[in-house]
Amino acid sequence: MTENKAIWQQTVALIEPFNKKEVPLTEDTSFATGLEWDSLTVMDFVAAVEDEFDISISMNLQAEIETVGQLVAVIEKLVNEK
Amino acid sequence: MTDLFSKFDPLIAIRKEMLSHGGRDPFSVVMEKVLSPTKAIIKGKPVTLLGTYNYMGMTFDPDVIAAGEKALKEFGAGTTGSRVLNGTYQGHKACEDALKDYYGMEHAMVFSTGYQANLGMISTLAGKGEYVIIDADSHASIYDGCRLGNAEIIRFRHNSPEDLDRRLARLPKEAGKLVVLEGVYSMLGDIAPLAEMVAIAKKHDALILDDEAHGMGFFGKNGRGVFEELGLEGQIDFIVGTFSKSVGTVGGFCVSNHPQFEILRLVCRPYVFTASLPPSVIATAEASIRKLQKAHDKREHLWKNSRRLHGGLTEMGFTLGTKTAQSAIIAVILPDQEQAVAMWQALLELGLYVNLARPPATPAGMFLLRCSLCAEHSDEEVTEILAMFKKAGQITGVLAA
Repeated sequence: MTENKAIWQQTVALIEPFNKKEVPLTEDTSFATGLEWDSLTVMDFVAAVEDEFDISISMNLQAEIETVGQLVAVIEKLVNEK
Repeated sequence: MTDLFSKFDPLIAIRKEMLSHGGRDPFSVVMEKVLSPTKAIIKGKPVTLLGTYNYMGMTFDPDVIAAGEKALKEFGAGTTGSRVLNGTYQGHKACEDALKDYYGMEHAMVFSTGYQANLGMISTLAGKGEYVIIDADSHASIYDGCRLGNAEIIRFRHNSPEDLDRRLARLPKEAGKLVVLEGVYSMLGDIAPLAEMVAIAKKHDALILDDEAHGMGFFGKNGRGVFEELGLEGQIDFIVGTFSKSVGTVGGFCVSNHPQFEILRLVCRPYVFTASLPPSVIATAEASIRKLQKAHDKREHLWKNSRRLHGGLTEMGFTLGTKTAQSAIIAVILPDQEQAVAMWQALLELGLYVNLARPPATPAGMFLLRCSLCAEHSDEEVTEILAMFKKAGQITGVLAA
């Protein structure tokens, strides 16, 4: 469970413009199979997340993130490390 | 057990659909004969080549061929060894000397392909805990170089200096950083705002690697690349290039003034663990590089060709990848695969070969007919090429009749 409700809400808001199929979002929603994003969408979305939170999510780290919940956890960690 | 090939099913389906209309496969063209840098025989028919990287037309240069023949006779067909063991002949050193003269730099390292040059340089320069910062539209060899190494990889939006600045600012100050740029991006033929990007990289104390694969030969007074054209000499730490475009053979290289550069010969795996280039190839590369240095008239003619093709296609109503002729690559953008393949086939039937490019090689899912000009295309050939485009556009309905 994510502890930070604000980060969850901010992340969901960032997903919305890319969520063309209006897939309902839970922590377990997968970017590849649930949202069906291609690599170009992922690239644009990651850039938006990085700019919103002023963090760097390297491609190495991106490769380990599969679900919305995992992304929120990574954002939380990176924001706290700043 | 799952068939290991099942992951390719979606691609197999796309290819089936593409070929179901009875046309030719754009990815299995065979050149039966090559008559010159601009003419070949495909399926028994003469075809004008507008989809090669033979920008400076050096493949049939008599001096280049003579140098290759001499080396083949004197040094044999291959070296059968690594550059660091038995695979460095005097020709390899002579070729590296030619590169040092061409770029006016102190060190040069020749790799067996341009792909391996990027693979080797990027994976070796940046290690664990260090950063490689790349353009989102980077060539596959740059992406693969990132994957081979252990550094953290950060992407910035294509050709955006502001985005590069923002991303560099977020990284730890003390960590080593390598910014990788390309002079010309090969899909759309657009050039990078190198002056702004180099200034930003320097502000953040990052080293700069500039891939001039599609810029060598005809950008700048000495044909060194886009960075020369933009007045950035002495500001790029590593210039990577290839012999398989303007130079007209195969191979890759990196030139640099870094005082410790030579150590890379021992630690760069794509340099060490492969056979060196054959003597004939290295001799043709050296001869070609020496001639390219002085090829001022050819450079001018290539630019004239590029501007004519860009202007003519724009006038006909085609959508192009760039507003002006920024390089020797002119990309015609088509709305979908069906129209792209139809245009490609109509052009081939009329006697013109261009490259069909499709995702994932292209940015933003585009379908492209990629045209690349050659300094050896005559004025008449460019006129013929434009006429073939007009006809093909009308036959396929891409242009209004």
